[in-house]
Amino acid sequence: MSATAAAPESQAGRVWARFRRHRLALAGGMVVALLLASALFAPVLAPQDPTLLDTALRFRAPFADWHFPLGTDELGRDTLSRLLHGGRVSLTVGLVAMVTTVMTGALIGIAAGYLGGIADTVLMRFVDTMLCFPQVFLLLVVAAFVPPTLVSISLVIGLTSWMEVSRIVRAEILHLKEQDFVAAARALGASRARIMFRELLPNAAAPILVAATLKVASAVLMESYISYLGYGVQPPLASWGNMLTNAQGYFDTVPWLAILPGAAITLTVMGFNFLGDGLRDALDPRLRMDP
Amino acid sequence: MIGFVARRLLQAIPLLIGVSLIGFGLMHLAPGGPLAVYTLNPTIQAQDIERIRIIFGLDQPIHVQYVKWATGIFSGNWGYTFFGGRPVLDVILERLPATLLLMGSALSVAILLGLSIGVLGAVKRYSVFDVLATTGALFALSFPTFWFGLMAIFVFAIELRWLPSGGMWELGEEGNILSLLQHLVLPTLVLALVITATWSRYSRSAFLEVMHQDYMRTARAKGVPPRARLLRHAFPNAAKPLIALLGVEVPFLFSGALVTETIFGWPGMGRLFVDALGMKEYPVLMGMMMFTAIFVILGNLLADIAIAAIDPRVRLR
Repeated sequence: MSATAAAPESQAGRVWARFRRHRLALAGGMVVALLLASALFAPVLAPQDPTLLDTALRFRAPFADWHFPLGTDELGRDTLSRLLHGGRVSLTVGLVAMVTTVMTGALIGIAAGYLGGIADTVLMRFVDTMLCFPQVFLLLVVAAFVPPTLVSISLVIGLTSWMEVSRIVRAEILHLKEQDFVAAARALGASRARIMFRELLPNAAAPILVAATLKVASAVLMESYISYLGYGVQPPLASWGNMLTNAQGYFDTVPWLAILPGAAITLTVMGFNFLGDGLRDALDPRLRMDP
Repeated sequence: MIGFVARRLLQAIPLLIGVSLIGFGLMHLAPGGPLAVYTLNPTIQAQDIERIRIIFGLDQPIHVQYVKWATGIFSGNWGYTFFGGRPVLDVILERLPATLLLMGSALSVAILLGLSIGVLGAVKRYSVFDVLATTGALFALSFPTFWFGLMAIFVFAIELRWLPSGGMWELGEEGNILSLLQHLVLPTLVLALVITATWSRYSRSAFLEVMHQDYMRTARAKGVPPRARLLRHAFPNAAKPLIALLGVEVPFLFSGALVTETIFGWPGMGRLFVDALGMKEYPVLMGMMMFTAIFVILGNLLADIAIAAIDPRVRLR
């Protein structure tokens, strides 16, 4: 480390110092913050009603008309407004799916890691079995079975992608449960549940946080793909995925209708991935992978 | 070694049973049950559905149905499609070559390219090339495969008109190798992108790990030339995590192939799966889930055996 005039002393300070050196992660964090803000304020920021049709105004080009900054689609709806509202939908699904993934994965990981023995064997064999199915196959089958609402889509994505999280958490718990503070808690008469959730869980927060960030990226990706295939978010509600479905038909004449939502998905996935990568380097330098 | 292989084979059995239980359970949890195509069709009468239920054996207790279905899977009888009544296994197997061709060509491109990038990055660590390659890999890993496919079609098929936008052959040219190769280029590139990025990252860190070992220094001290050091000393040791990666990658390869096939209309198993999904062809869906899961288990098994063959320490564990 160079230029350590005022070396940060607290744990948080050191983590922040490591994170800050990671320029891509910093950029990712800013992109994520901007996306979250734009989703939060979509109703205010959107120049038009995203569902307002006007077939007289079909296929306006981007940057041509002040009223439709990014042009209009095949039904004359404002593309910018649809992108903003679609982002709201896609990010909501991504975040709810991530929470589902992390909660399921952490619960199973803690139970398997701390209880050990037969519980560990059964739970981990279940994880192994679930991982035998390629994720997209599993996701599509279940998504096609349940009526698509925002909640069901999020749950389906969450419940088909928690397996890696449970492995990460279990490995961390196996390491943590041998530490002195756990023995101390046990000696003080703490219950099993207390040790699992009040002693072990907070200490496993770092890898869980990293996994959670990366899971938002993959959940947004999965949502866009199943919506693109028609099993996800249903029209007239816009999501970046289902905007692509329609756009594909007008590819040769109005390519920007396909370029814009795809760029939004890519930007989101990159933002969360870079943020997660930076968090991993900052929180746990042992896992560093890149220069 | 034989003991290791036998132990590893035994471990695969509970996995197969688990996979079949989940696959079977999923189809019975489906809305409308396994006969949704019929029960959700208003033109079919109740007594006809009852007759179909009996023909398919769905009137029997659930565990009897499972045992019948599972023994069928292991003896090659995977049931029959609702539409056309063809054997499910035949329907899947006739799509297998197209998928294997796509996966094989993408994997070859990705391994060749990813390994070269990774090794070069490890040898010239922190060089401009290394920084560009690692950053590029991070970007590539975040690219949505299906959108990348759409953009590739837009640029190379619609704007530049260099390559066909989809399918496997030109109409009337089935069997023409040149036509097949032209159609293979874009799907291969799209599927290979993410795999290349993964391979370059893993091979870079695998080689970095190996290059600072004592035996590498010894080889250098006794005067082994750089190329031989890399090929004879570093490579076999770095190969272990990469073979493991190959085994772990099988499910991602299937997922990626499914996405790529739907974008390019490539007539493989992924395309079959998505079509079957739209038609509620549950026997085909269930068969596909089993088929891919068996491939995944097999992939892991082969990777483990290959690693044990290279490294005696693994077999003795």
